[in-house]
Amino acid sequence: MSPATALLDRARAMPKPAKIVLWALFGVFLFALPLLNLPLISTPGADFGGVLFTVATYVLVALGLNIVVGYAGLLDLGYVGFYAVGAYTVGVLGSQHGSVPWLWAVPVAVVAALVSGVLLGAPTLRVRGDYLAIVTLGFGEIVRLTLVNSQWLGGAQGISNIPRPPGAELFDVPSIDWSTGAPIIDLGNTTTFLKFGITDQIPYYWLALAVILLVILFDHLVKSSRVGRAWEATREDEDAAELMGVPTFRFKLLAFALGACIGGLSGALFAGKAGFISPDSFQLLLSILFVAAVVVGGQGNRWGVILGAIVVSYFPERFREFADFRVLVFGLALMVLAVFRPQGLIPPRRAVRAKKVDERLDALEEGEARV
Amino acid sequence: MQYLIDNFFALTITGVTLGAVYALVALGYTLVYGVLRLINFAHSEVFMFGTFAALWVVMLLGGKGGASVGQVVFWVAMMFLAAMAMSGLIAILLERVAYRPLRKRHAPPLIALISAIGASFVLSETMGLRGKIAVWVGLDTTLAPYVGNARNNAGMPEIITPQPVFTIRDYAVTNVDIFVIIGAVAIMVLLDQFVKRSRLGRGIRAVAQDPESAALMGVNRDRVIQVTFLVGGVMAGAAAVFYMLKIGITRYDAGFILGVKAFTAAVLGGIGNLRGALLGGFVLGLAENYGSALVGTQWKDVVAFLLLVVILLFRPTGLLGESLGKARA
Repeated sequence: MSPATALLDRARAMPKPAKIVLWALFGVFLFALPLLNLPLISTPGADFGGVLFTVATYVLVALGLNIVVGYAGLLDLGYVGFYAVGAYTVGVLGSQHGSVPWLWAVPVAVVAALVSGVLLGAPTLRVRGDYLAIVTLGFGEIVRLTLVNSQWLGGAQGISNIPRPPGAELFDVPSIDWSTGAPIIDLGNTTTFLKFGITDQIPYYWLALAVILLVILFDHLVKSSRVGRAWEATREDEDAAELMGVPTFRFKLLAFALGACIGGLSGALFAGKAGFISPDSFQLLLSILFVAAVVVGGQGNRWGVILGAIVVSYFPERFREFADFRVLVFGLALMVLAVFRPQGLIPPRRAVRAKKVDERLDALEEGEARV
Repeated sequence: MQYLIDNFFALTITGVTLGAVYALVALGYTLVYGVLRLINFAHSEVFMFGTFAALWVVMLLGGKGGASVGQVVFWVAMMFLAAMAMSGLIAILLERVAYRPLRKRHAPPLIALISAIGASFVLSETMGLRGKIAVWVGLDTTLAPYVGNARNNAGMPEIITPQPVFTIRDYAVTNVDIFVIIGAVAIMVLLDQFVKRSRLGRGIRAVAQDPESAALMGVNRDRVIQVTFLVGGVMAGAAAVFYMLKIGITRYDAGFILGVKAFTAAVLGGIGNLRGALLGGFVLGLAENYGSALVGTQWKDVVAFLLLVVILLFRPTGLLGESLGKARA
């Protein structure tokens, strides 16, 4: 047993109140992260609050995509389409063809993403896995090209002046300065609590973090319900599930729609923060990065995909020094990860168990475990 | 509509030329899918390396427009040789580095996609950073014409001057068009015969049908897979030469869109089916051209993908169905 798993086992054995306190402390730490400016973690080349917000949107997207890829086992290579639908709904309602405030536009964006998910899923979910991948990839491109070519949606110039989330200017929070080597509270560099402005990105990060917590809660509830079990059955063996009375098509569609919802929600958050969106923000490559986040982290395990999203979005920002070589190094990292952690960084416990059983069977058959 | 009718033959010829290139690249996807059941996402980069090999060999030999027939034939032959060798090599390397280690570890299928995405980034960025890499090894001045402006378009001299050979209703079919179409079809017929008749081809079909039984019957699976990648790479190399002759411009990221299109073509025809890839390529090339004539060039890609969705709705396994293994034995 490795030290990491030993530590995890000890953490699991702790009494419940201690666990709750630890989680709460961790939550506070996450919220305080942009103010702490921790050396090594903070990004010298880019605004740390902005980077954290980007990471948070990736985490949100990865959680949504995990429902589709990880739970229901449907390979979706066009997830950026839903992200774009969410962002553009806010943009169109709030700026291009109306002046709906951000907060009212978000539910509409989520519903719009849901509808697009059902519209795409209803005809296509009947085709088999690999075909679904190319159809969804096509969907992502169709959305982007429609955005580029439709003047009603702002065309290639995109939409600007998108309304920001409503906020209040309650009090100032100071940040911490490490330039002397020791932490000093820096009163000169403060963040106004919940002022959604242009320069200070930290409040957007807080908002995104709060949304992530809600989504995790939702994810937990759905995963451990009848629906979650139905997804698992469908993913493992669709025919067997159907025979056992699981309406697999309906559950796949549900996974698709829920995933789309969360994608739309993150798109709406992104639009509210950026204030400006254009088709360039929704390249096909982004879909591929999203899938990479889910698979690298460990599809089916929500903590795994969160870690995967952080890896995929944070490291390219952190290592801006290597500007030109970022993508190259990222590609190498993906290949190395694929070889050494084929189940993902944090695989679902079930997958680990299944693998152990497999190895035991192999050992029984062949006399030695496969390495 | 009127535009489509007026330019019907022009659109048809360009569509078929484009479709030939799609079809050749699609063969690589289809072969690998048939044998391994995985989408070789990095195949587009194999094609891209082929375009550069074709370009460099022409630069090396000092190719230019308006040369004698003998010279042109020599240049084109060298282009094929260089591009096929380069693409084949990259494809084999890819299999060795990105796929074989995963197979040995019995990794879940989706992880191969991640490895392929990683490999795709590495390959296209290596090409995009070739200037910087040349500086490291101290060859940047000697190789300046080859590695300079690594992130911009690289254009090729027009070694075959397009000349009208015959006209169909106002549209002059050029020698380049004819060469690309006939050449591509000839290569595909060769491949079809190879898979159908040769010993290695039989191995490929056996592994595609049932890998375990094939292994029990003495087929060396690793070797068959390697050959499959090699053949796919060589096809991509041929496609790269036709692409450079017809379009003449390439870039470190030129593979991506073409790869997506070629994969679409493979799925359209029925992935794993060689004749399907051929048909899918031509259908896609034609549909794109007719579609863009009907609704505007900017909607070209939308038409291509919508067509794919519609066809999959009615024929969920593509136009000809999937059957590398079940191909007429």
